[in-house]
Amino acid sequence: MAAYEIIDHTYDAVVVGAGGAGLRATLGMTAAGFKTACVTKVYPTRSHTVAAQGGIGAALGNVMEDDWRFHMYDTVKGSDWLGDQDAIEYMCRNAIPAVLELEHLGVPFSRTPEGKIYQRPFGGHTLNYGEKMAHRACAAADRTGHAILHTLYQQCLKHQAEFYNEYFALGLLMDAEGACRGVLAWCLDDGTIHRFRAHTTVLATGGYGRAYFSCTSAHTCTGDGNAMAAQSGLPLQDMEFIQFHPTGIYGAGCLITEGARGEGGYLTNAEGERFMERYAPSAKDLASRDVVSRSMTVEIREGRGVGPEKDHIYLHLEHLEPAMLHERLPGISETAKVFSGVDVTKEPIPVLPTVHYNMGGIPTNYHGEVLRPTKENPDAVCPGLMAIGETASVSVHGANRLGCNSLVDIVVFGRAAALRAAETVTKGAAHPPLAKDAGEEWLARLDRFRHAKGSLRTADIRLNMQKTMQANCAVFRNADVLKEGVTKIDQVAATLADVSVEDRSLVWNSDLVETLELENLLIQARMAMCGAEARHESRGAHAREDYPDRDDANWMKHTLAKTGPDGKIHLDYRPVHLDTLTDEIETIPPKKRVY
Amino acid sequence: MVEFTLPKNSRIKKGKTYEAPASAKRVKNFHVYRWQPEKEENPRLDTYEVDLDNCGPMVLDALIKIKNEIDSSLTFRRSCREGICGSCSMNIDGVNTLACLCPIEDIKGDAKVYPLPHMEVVKDLVPDLTHIFAQYASVEPWLQADTTSPPNEERLQSREDRAKLDGLWECVLCFCCSTSCPSYWWNEDRYLGPAVLLSAYRWIVDSRDEATGKRLDNLEDPFRLYRCHTIMNCTKTCPKGLNPAKSIAEIKKLLVARR
Ligand SMILES: Cc1cc2nc3c(=O)[nH]c(=O)nc-3n(C[C@H](O)[C@H](O)[C@H](O)COP(=O)(O)OP(=O)(O)OC[C@H]3O[C@@H](n4cnc5c(N)ncnc54)[C@H](O)[C@@H]3O)c2cc1C
Ligand code: SF4
Ligand code: SF4
Ligand code: FES
Repeated sequence: MAAYEIIDHTYDAVVVGAGGAGLRATLGMTAAGFKTACVTKVYPTRSHTVAAQGGIGAALGNVMEDDWRFHMYDTVKGSDWLGDQDAIEYMCRNAIPAVLELEHLGVPFSRTPEGKIYQRPFGGHTLNYGEKMAHRACAAADRTGHAILHTLYQQCLKHQAEFYNEYFALGLLMDAEGACRGVLAWCLDDGTIHRFRAHTTVLATGGYGRAYFSCTSAHTCTGDGNAMAAQSGLPLQDMEFIQFHPTGIYGAGCLITEGARGEGGYLTNAEGERFMERYAPSAKDLASRDVVSRSMTVEIREGRGVGPEKDHIYLHLEHLEPAMLHERLPGISETAKVFSGVDVTKEPIPVLPTVHYNMGGIPTNYHGEVLRPTKENPDAVCPGLMAIGETASVSVHGANRLGCNSLVDIVVFGRAAALRAAETVTKGAAHPPLAKDAGEEWLARLDRFRHAKGSLRTADIRLNMQKTMQANCAVFRNADVLKEGVTKIDQVAATLADVSVEDRSLVWNSDLVETLELENLLIQARMAMCGAEARHESRGAHAREDYPDRDDANWMKHTLAKTGPDGKIHLDYRPVHLDTLTDEIETIPPKKRVY
Repeated sequence: MVEFTLPKNSRIKKGKTYEAPASAKRVKNFHVYRWQPEKEENPRLDTYEVDLDNCGPMVLDALIKIKNEIDSSLTFRRSCREGICGSCSMNIDGVNTLACLCPIEDIKGDAKVYPLPHMEVVKDLVPDLTHIFAQYASVEPWLQADTTSPPNEERLQSREDRAKLDGLWECVLCFCCSTSCPSYWWNEDRYLGPAVLLSAYRWIVDSRDEATGKRLDNLEDPFRLYRCHTIMNCTKTCPKGLNPAKSIAEIKKLLVARR
């Protein structure tokens, strides 16, 4: 291996990722006086949180009376009882102060006539345990993620947080006792390698939507943190639960927020029928995402899709007030114009269920601490490591995330991680010595790909992976398709041994970055496929035609997936937490999910 | 007119041409600026013949197609592909814009793709943004208020006051505007440029912010603010349809008003 210069850094905490989750944690830790580094592969304001549109969920009750218990009930039901009720209680209670805190920090929320934070209806969010739709999504027009991300970045600047921008994290530094001691990263700007030593390492690297061909996620959503954890032998949880958002723009995949339906938009099929009334008589177009995506897929399959190929659905906004569209949905009006040539005030938008969110990820407790479950203790903690945001599986979203619950997840648990660090880490404490060769395996991996001279392009292997996931791990699944999927995705993964990288440089070698990201994606794609194949029931986003019902007796449990030394995926399970955090609310017992 | 002779090693040479497959019917040439720091070579302009029948509609789609299928060493920033993250700003056909929002069909003839002008280039289409982000931080773009916010509720803001932020807070920090401004080109070390001034103004007009006086003091400077000569390139080029020139004019007005 070529010689690489390694630059060492010592911090109390290192946060990997500068999306909403990473920035909220960085802010909390820096403000508390911890020497904190935030390492991110893109400038903070480029993180994918910037794309979030519709809103952040909190029972503020600004438009009509609301209660965090209703929010909790909806979230548990939305999760199809795979969510951990202690964590869900923690999130829904803390959502209220977390959103108010965002306003205090300067987020430019839209306002009600009284000057309070504006709230709109969102899918699956109801009042009084399902009675009627709530107004719970706190919104800054339809660019809520942009508003939140920029504000958090500004606050980090205010507290002079230390950023390492355009540093690509390569792998975790795990010691012989299995504790995490920091992270190895590659500075794209000058090609140097950096070793960050820290008492606590926080992964906030987002989701892995790019495992699929068509997704609403950015190109950078490759789940690197998930893969880093997996490559250090930690299990990933519930990877088979992948959310398809009902309204990605047909062709381009760009998102049209659920808030569009929250403001009165609706879906129709080729017959012009508002078909959601048949599938979800009460919530209709605002049923939970998994329900709407399945209904749309059934319509298309049964020949009632729109367009020349009858392969998509229409989303109508043209009956709404143009002034309202301009004020509350300006972003998607523009996106629809640019990416499908549609003037939303005149014509419907062509849409299709599109991969959007990963419920699964690194298992954690509600403090953000990463779990390494053992036979004796399914909640055992991996010392020195935390995970927050879309990369984590706390699990507050279980088998299906409700809209506007991710933005609240990232700020609530970003804050929780900072609070936990304050309890567990002593500022400025001495670090035990790091093994001399700590991180060498990750450098070896970089070096191997950097000089890869195979016969296949990174992009070709990536496309094979994306097509396989799209075809074999989609909205509806069955044994045959999944069995074939497992074989195929393993075959695709095996071809990585024959990859070629053209660019051999170290400065901004995006060819190499994409290849490392591809390996990361493949690890996760295999786990998702295997987990889906093994789960013989339908729950939330995982819909099996051969097992159409939820099976609580056998399957109310989290999947844990690991890559074994044999290179195969091994599955295990751990129980769902049904107990709530306090006695202010009782466990919400499982029942059939109807909207 | 003054003529500048460029230093020898910054002259752009003609590079390689990558031909489209013979089967391609609708071919467009993309001339793309290439420069690698590790090679001691002059920058060059490579030409890629792209088959538009097998390509998405935007310039970013073409660049990705080139990287995926023709030359994986081509380097550029991108993330969201929908004009919200600000990564893919570059100079396309002489105009600074976001590649993901720039339709290929709007370009007549060959497409020329360069990095944002007058910026230090790190590699190919990737400019160094360190300085401009530091300038952004220098206007303290965060809420400043002595009044403590109410503990269990939000600060109230009327819809009218909130509307004053529209057209300002949506800035994606792509810096297309600043790098199109001649004043910024010649004084980038001291002039803040339109993107950063727009961000400064965003806080000046926020009814919740109480540091207007201090913010204006910080801007009242022949270089930081007054290098703007209302050339309007910034507003013309902004891919998000914002109007930084207007923000600058408003700041100047406020400064006059308080004299
Ligand atoms: C189009 C769209 C709209 C959405 N709208 C909503 C909404 O309205 N409401 C809602 O609640 N949710 C919404 N979501 C979901 C929500 O936006 C995301 O789940 C959430 O923003 C994820 O935040 P995060 O901080 O976990 O990760 P991200 O924002 O994705 O940030 C990941 C960070 O990790 C860094 N990173 C990744 N890999 C590495 C590496 N190897 N080395 C260094 N750094 C790395 C990146 O640089 C980045 O800073 C939406 C999602 C999409 C795709
Ligand atoms: S208006 Fe001012 S800031 Fe804008 S381009 Fe002209 S000189 Fe630059
Ligand atoms: S004002 Fe427009 S061009 Fe300038 S940085 Fe903001 S979005 Fe980009
Ligand atoms: S890729 Fe995000 S703005 Fe173009």
